[in-house]
Amino acid sequence: MKRLPVLCLLLWLCALFYAGIYLFVSGFLLVRLEVNRTSGCDDVLQPSGARRDFCGAEPRFRRTLLLVIDALKIDFARFDPDNKSPRPYENKLPVLEETASRRPAHARLYSFRADPPTTTMQRIKGFTTGSLPTFIDLGNNFASTAILEDNIIHQLGNIGKRLVFMGDDTWENLFPNKFQRSLPFPSFNVKDLHTVDNGILQHLYSTMVGEDWDVLVAHFLGVDHCGHRFGPDHPAMGQKLTQMDGVIRSVMERLQNDTLLVVMGDHGMTDTGDHGGESQKETDAALFLYSPTPLFPGPPSQSEPEVVPQTDLVPTLSLLLGAPIPYSNVGQVLLPLFPAEGQTEGAVTGLSQLEALWVNVKQVNRFLETYSSMARDIPSESLAALRDHFSRLSATYLASSPASSPASTRELVESMQAYLSSVRETCRATWARFNPLKMAAGLAVLALACLLCFLVSQASGALAAGGRGLLTVPLKDPVFDSLRCASLLSDSYVIAEGRVVTFLLLSLGLFVPVRLNWEGRLLPPLHDPQKPPAGLLPPAPPPAAVRRESYVLLGCLGLLVGGAYLSSCFHACREEQGACQPSPFLAPLARLQDSRRKNLQYVMSLAALGLWTYLLRRWLRHYGNLNASGGAVLAARWVLPLVAVCLGLHWAVSGTPEDSFRNLAELIGVAQVALPRAAFALLGLGMALLWADPITVFLKTRGPAPGRGSHAAAIPPLPPRYRASTGISPHAELQHLIPQIYQRMRRSLEDSEQMGAGEVDTRPAVEAYGLGTGMAMSFLLLLLEMGALLHIHASATSLAGLQGAHSGDFSVPWTPVVLWSLASSQFFHATGHLATFPSIQWAAAFVGFPGGHAGTLLPASLVALNTFSSHILFGVACPLLLFWPLVCEDDAEDAVMEMRLRENPQQFSSALLQLSTRYLTILGAQVLASVCAAAVLRRHLMVWKVFTPKLMFEASGFLVSSVSLLVGVSLVMRVDLAVGRWFRRLLPDATR
Amino acid sequence: MNVNPRREDNCFSFFPSTFNLRSFCIPIMWDHEIKAMASSHAIIASSVFMATVVPAVFIRGFSVYGTHLLWLSSVTGAVSVVNVAVFWLLGISQPTKKHTIGYKLSRLVRSCLYLLLSCLFYHTVVVLYGAPLIESALETFSLAVLLTSLTTLRCLCVLGPNVQAWIRVFSRHGAMSVWDTSLQITVACSVIGAWLGAFPIPLDWDRPWQVWPVSCSLGSVIGYLTGLVVAPAWIHFHRKQLTYKCK
Ligand SMILES: [Zn+2]
Ligand SMILES: [Zn+2]
Repeated sequence: MKRLPVLCLLLWLCALFYAGIYLFVSGFLLVRLEVNRTSGCDDVLQPSGARRDFCGAEPRFRRTLLLVIDALKIDFARFDPDNKSPRPYENKLPVLEETASRRPAHARLYSFRADPPTTTMQRIKGFTTGSLPTFIDLGNNFASTAILEDNIIHQLGNIGKRLVFMGDDTWENLFPNKFQRSLPFPSFNVKDLHTVDNGILQHLYSTMVGEDWDVLVAHFLGVDHCGHRFGPDHPAMGQKLTQMDGVIRSVMERLQNDTLLVVMGDHGMTDTGDHGGESQKETDAALFLYSPTPLFPGPPSQSEPEVVPQTDLVPTLSLLLGAPIPYSNVGQVLLPLFPAEGQTEGAVTGLSQLEALWVNVKQVNRFLETYSSMARDIPSESLAALRDHFSRLSATYLASSPASSPASTRELVESMQAYLSSVRETCRATWARFNPLKMAAGLAVLALACLLCFLVSQASGALAAGGRGLLTVPLKDPVFDSLRCASLLSDSYVIAEGRVVTFLLLSLGLFVPVRLNWEGRLLPPLHDPQKPPAGLLPPAPPPAAVRRESYVLLGCLGLLVGGAYLSSCFHACREEQGACQPSPFLAPLARLQDSRRKNLQYVMSLAALGLWTYLLRRWLRHYGNLNASGGAVLAARWVLPLVAVCLGLHWAVSGTPEDSFRNLAELIGVAQVALPRAAFALLGLGMALLWADPITVFLKTRGPAPGRGSHAAAIPPLPPRYRASTGISPHAELQHLIPQIYQRMRRSLEDSEQMGAGEVDTRPAVEAYGLGTGMAMSFLLLLLEMGALLHIHASATSLAGLQGAHSGDFSVPWTPVVLWSLASSQFFHATGHLATFPSIQWAAAFVGFPGGHAGTLLPASLVALNTFSSHILFGVACPLLLFWPLVCEDDAEDAVMEMRLRENPQQFSSALLQLSTRYLTILGAQVLASVCAAAVLRRHLMVWKVFTPKLMFEASGFLVSSVSLLVGVSLVMRVDLAVGRWFRRLLPDATR
Repeated sequence: MNVNPRREDNCFSFFPSTFNLRSFCIPIMWDHEIKAMASSHAIIASSVFMATVVPAVFIRGFSVYGTHLLWLSSVTGAVSVVNVAVFWLLGISQPTKKHTIGYKLSRLVRSCLYLLLSCLFYHTVVVLYGAPLIESALETFSLAVLLTSLTTLRCLCVLGPNVQAWIRVFSRHGAMSVWDTSLQITVACSVIGAWLGAFPIPLDWDRPWQVWPVSCSLGSVIGYLTGLVVAPAWIHFHRKQLTYKCK
């Protein structure tokens, strides 16, 4: 067979997929490095450069009230008295413009521009850190959402402000334990317009009039939810905005002189009420500042900005409240809030414009230096220009004196502002911009790869079938796969993915016998006397055989259905699934309190493990005896049971409560390290032996045959039908000898195949046990279901063959391949995994390494093995689909079985290629669908919560699956090679 | 020469005995059957509508979503009764060779047994597909009964209590009369309708018809109605290609 071309073609196709995924992801996922440093009160950022206690100075405001109205678009805040027929969302917040125009020294309304991604979580991060958060902020802990970067909440708490929070519970996740008092309300249900708002209103006024707070954050969600539910152009939005108007009015009445009121939206919304992207409708929110004491020197001047970037809030608030500016801030202070140089207003204390800007510039420069020393993603030429600008600025500033002319001061201020803006723009270009070109290119490459894969599978199928069927496009089978792909475009289906996949798997499984029956192959054909005599048609198959095969098919279907149903006991729950109870098997054994349940679960897991080892061994025995002395046979004999023993012992050890055997603590500690490592080592050894020596397994049993040469009769257990014909002539002997040898050979071939699957089978279980021994049962189900699938495929093929419809080639139809891929995603869920980052089972990294790791490669691969165990298993075992129908022809007339493949190397390689490309096509189509979902729905409410994690998981699942598919294919080729070599050695003997 | 004695009876019972059996397969003759089928299907379909409309007049608060179980049982009852009556009147259903009471009784008992088994079968399948196991068992079982009345009952009416024949009908060359073809179409439509009905359930639209099992039972009833309409039309337009093994 052609090994190299097939492997190269597959590799090339995979590489094409990887390239597409990489292109898309690099354009879609904005990545930024987090700087984990915090500013302090004694930083040398003071205007004069002299050290002075920054936080000790009297701040301009003692208290601030931050009213965040989610999705408060700037259009909502505008008031146009000439508008006689306002839309539902127009002119509903008159209080803002009214106050701003009547009391210009006290209030201002700005347009508050957000940076993409315009989702609430990223925005809260943005206007508290002053930075430009992306979807992935590297350095962040994946398992928790807490903000580790320096932020204003941290700084305010640090200088002794008492913080109170009420509203959207996202804050509570972002700033755990930062608030003195916190009243979070669930933000998840988008349908619910009032719970959060009413919850806030119950407490807001009573808290305000009290004296036990310095910073009060209230985050209203009603407007945003109203937008998602009805869109902005709906009477409900009018009501909601009117309510907010009343809230702002009552808050302003209760404000005291030392308090600054900030009313702001975190982002806007599109005309359909969504957000997340970068269109101006989504980015432009409203910002309203108000204080009972004069805040601004006078009415808005010409030089005042219309649009304020969201990053600018952080430095402004910090300096107004007397806190250091957070370390990673790239915003600039809002100048109108600070008195200009020379304007002496006796009542106002604090920094002047120039001083504030200088503090700001030094902080931004410090951040820029730190960041550029950590990451390389800012272009060096713009970095050099910025450095140059800063050194000029500092020289000018330090040379200037309070007595310098207003003109030169203004020049300096403008230069500082220009510096800050250019830093911000540089950062923005690096972090906060989707790259639509790259995204489109990635999509195109992926689509091309899918199409190519499909075409290759069609072409190789046609090759295998001898030129037939090149143009026949399958219509029925991919319906299920396209349903699966379509389901990836809806957030509800992605959330319920485990059940959706099971549903489709069952449907397709049940569809197999229905279609067989439709084609009249499930039952023995009715004896029809009117038919032409038997000579013209292939002889009718024996009804008994057909019936038996049908029963086997239905039995396996029952096994499949039962397995799929039971496997839903092992599902975990997403946070979006309200009434879902996670599987009790997910809890580690050591955490179970009830000792009876613990014992029961342990015994059940052990039983599953035992049964599973037994089944594999049984299968190996079925296709040969395990008593040779070769390395691989030894491995096959001993590795599996030994691994099982290790696992069982380890479960017992890790399940025992720590304080129950105090005197054995040391031993337990050793066992916890040694046992899993032994299991890993054994598995590695088994794999290595298998790879090095895939065929010698059964040389011993064949020993007599090559030794005695052409005496075919000497081969010990000769089936009678061959014995009858041997010994007539050497030629005839040879003719029959080869099938004989084939028959032996297929045992070893099958054995190695099966071992390939078996070995890998064990490995993820090793990973799984650290988290829940219950998963052993899930893996048993997986094994059973895999077997059932293979057998369904085999029975269907043989039924087709029995009734004369078999085309004689080896091509695997779409249905079993689709079933295979569905089962692989189903078991991803049935091993307690979900397509969300918090659900990754990190504990797997510490199995056998309780003390932690030095590097990142080993824990990463352990976690990947744990997460994608089902992808790996189904990927490696995929070539079995090709062999199984041939293996199951046990008692057909000429039982050469999968040796038929060796007789037709051309067909063998094209069938293998076809199978692999079909599998790749299906997996690739799924990746394409989730990529499309992420690209098309990037404004969707759920894009960062549902679609992007799904995309990441789908892409990495594809990576793992394709690599393991390649491993499986190359294993088959390795076996084929070994068989060929062995055969060449044998043949001269036989012809002699 | 005739393979299937049931067909023979069927032909005789439907047409006067003067007809030659071979003429049964000539397309012209089908027009009568298609007309008979269309009118019987119209009666069955109208029974579904009546079962939806009439209780609304008599029972206060009756609605398809609100009192779903009531609607389900009314539709199930109406479809069952009308089906049995129509097929009995048309005489499609009895391959009665023996006219003994005992034979008829055993057929009746077997039919009831099959109906019960079919309900249990559908219930199991629906649960395997992901319906809650315990909580809404009554709803699930009502759906199973509805599906039985839409599919199995029709099989019973057309083919009698003969599972082998049921299985054989659902193969490409298994239909032996226009009634068999219409059976294929209606059964497939109702099952596919129920299957499609499961699709909107996970969506977060919060509509009353997304509650289990409303969408599935609605889907199966709509599928059934579609099948009733499609079957005569399809047979009418494909009557040239249709050849039944009727010798
Ligand atoms: Zn928001
Ligand atoms: Zn929103």
